[in-house]
Amino acid sequence: MQTANLLPLVLVLAVVAYGLAYMRSRAVAAPLGGIRNLKALPFYYAARAALWCAIPALIVLAAWAGFEGKVIQGIVIASLPQDVWPESAGEASLILSQISNVAAGKLNPEFVPEHIVGAASVLETMDDQSENFKAALVLLVAVSGAAFAWTRVSPHINARINVETTLRRIFFVCAALAVLTTAGIVFSVILETIRFFGRVPISDFLFSTSWSPQTALRADQVGSEGAFGVIPLFTGTLLISAIALLVAVPVGLLSAIYLSEYASRRVRSSAKPLLEMLAGIPTVVYGFFAALTVAPFIRELAETVGLEASSQSALAAGLVMGIMIVPFVSSLSDDVINAVPQSMRDGSLALGATQSETMKKVIFPAALPGIIGGILLAASRAIGETMIVVMAAGLAANLTANPLESVTTVTVQIATLLVGDQEFDSAKTLSAFALGMLLFIVTLLLNVVALKIVRKYREQYD
Amino acid sequence: MNTMNPTVTSEAAMPEEKIVSVKEERPAETVIEEGKTVGHPLSDDPKFKLRNVEVFYGEDRAIKNISLDIGRNEVIAFIGPSGCGKSTFLRCLNRMNDSIDICRVKGQLAIDDHDIYDPKRDVVELRARVGMVFQKPNPFPKSIYDNVAYGPRIHGLANRKSDLDDIVESSLRKAGLWDEAKDRLDAIATGMSGGQQQRLCIARAIAVSPEVILMDEPCSALDPIATAKVEELIAEMSESYTIVIVTHSMQQAARVSHRTAYFHLGHLVEVNETDKVFTSPEHELTESYITGRFG
Repeated sequence: MQTANLLPLVLVLAVVAYGLAYMRSRAVAAPLGGIRNLKALPFYYAARAALWCAIPALIVLAAWAGFEGKVIQGIVIASLPQDVWPESAGEASLILSQISNVAAGKLNPEFVPEHIVGAASVLETMDDQSENFKAALVLLVAVSGAAFAWTRVSPHINARINVETTLRRIFFVCAALAVLTTAGIVFSVILETIRFFGRVPISDFLFSTSWSPQTALRADQVGSEGAFGVIPLFTGTLLISAIALLVAVPVGLLSAIYLSEYASRRVRSSAKPLLEMLAGIPTVVYGFFAALTVAPFIRELAETVGLEASSQSALAAGLVMGIMIVPFVSSLSDDVINAVPQSMRDGSLALGATQSETMKKVIFPAALPGIIGGILLAASRAIGETMIVVMAAGLAANLTANPLESVTTVTVQIATLLVGDQEFDSAKTLSAFALGMLLFIVTLLLNVVALKIVRKYREQYD
Repeated sequence: MNTMNPTVTSEAAMPEEKIVSVKEERPAETVIEEGKTVGHPLSDDPKFKLRNVEVFYGEDRAIKNISLDIGRNEVIAFIGPSGCGKSTFLRCLNRMNDSIDICRVKGQLAIDDHDIYDPKRDVVELRARVGMVFQKPNPFPKSIYDNVAYGPRIHGLANRKSDLDDIVESSLRKAGLWDEAKDRLDAIATGMSGGQQQRLCIARAIAVSPEVILMDEPCSALDPIATAKVEELIAEMSESYTIVIVTHSMQQAARVSHRTAYFHLGHLVEVNETDKVFTSPEHELTESYITGRFG
């Protein structure tokens, strides 16, 4: 039986186990004088039966699915005559793919050696048997789990504790999954980064000012040397992010102050969702807005005042990105400003402070940690943003602080390095991982520093 | 400032059933006549002249046609059951109700014969003259020094740092907090005990040299010892300030005030010398309240 069919079957069994255990717990309770004489409510006996039915069965199913392939491969290889046993992993996978192609009927058995055909039939029988064994074992585990739970429906056994413990473990596994995923991503990035630094010295990567990742595929090609200096990329990232924050922080903060302190309830209830909609616009839409409207406008404007501007500029990308991240600043700041207790406002107003003095001297300092949090979130969005930059700021790795020139960012380079078919052992491809690693470290440091600042200057009102 | 003060809301939403139940308990003769206050609601030397004051929360009439004088350097206590409108009425005196969108105030309210609700009036100047201390101590999350210096800085009362130091010291002294606080003026105020925090709030109010101090149940969050200190303070301050205090403790009203005003469901039922209110109240409702029959 296929896994796809087994899964719903196990769930159906769990539901049945739930119903049976529920009825049994009521039946057990009836002669004792009602469910109050049970240690736990019928729901808990039922839930325990369902959990004991489903969880072990699912674990068995997952384990089987995980190891099935390897085990069968081992058996199939072992079934080959000794003189054709593969000597390397590469050879083994070659033979195995031949065998499975024959078994699947994609490869005519007449064109392959005798022992391959033999192994193919072994593979077929093993596959069939594996399916059957798996189905039988999973169902057996499910039914025996449910049966065990059934025997444990007793007024003296507290199923509630079992259920709570199991649920706690399920929650733990979910939390652990998120952490492990993060750790796994970081780990794999680190490994690739180390491989990259095997080819390009770390000092070149960090301190060289030229970025040109094109490496030759063949030795006789021109320009075989790539240049992997990240400084132009980080300058570009910082330039664009700084422009974006220069737009987003004042606009976002002041609009948050207006919404939370000055706007009437009616204005606020319609303006806030509208503002938050800005965050819902896909970045690619912002991208063509930046490339087709803002960038030409900036170039014309620059030309009228006699400045030279590129048709793709850091300024265009930064301005549009700034608009995009306004809601991150405004919405979060608005929330934390509202969370400052009314008694603080009353205290200040009663001393004769005006609304703006109250805002500046009492509410803003109290809300500062949350506001910094919002700005940080906006900054990380700005640093990580790719699409707007690709479309509006270009791909040229210029080392410049002039916002009218075209620049590129770390994320854009990562994207272009990995788009399309790439070989995974060239320095060009591996450099994407090194860039990712560096970006990760930089944003992490930013967060740590910001947290320290917030801790130092926060004013706690409780 | 869209969040409404919860206490005020609850007063506004005072259920009508209460009236019914009171009417049922008491015979028909104790039905309150609107705008009629027994006792001595007026004063020879009034600081506040309040005539026909009405306060609305949306459609609800929270204060019903109250007329009252508050004398110069007088301590007057507002008592009454929860939701009777005493806090609402108190907050009219420095226009703290302004920040509540749906709140409207009608009638003539004057301080030193100047209209409080004149649209051209500078509310900042009013609040500098009429300070306020709240039910729950609400020091700013700043240092003790900065808390007291907050008002003087806003109003430009000190030209030099030494002037400001003097104001802070004298305010803390008047609030009886100097000895406890002088060695830790830079400590965060929210780290003090509740009683100290409340006295700090009083010092903060005094620091802008107001003429009137409004106190909205200033001791309800304090322990008996801290309460005694605050009451002592009120007695001392009564020499130089006009004090209006809302309280749920009748003993407190009896201890600190010269006159006592009894509020009931938005009406001002009785105003009399404190001794008289607590020994021989004129109105039956007042008597019921102070003898603990409801409240």
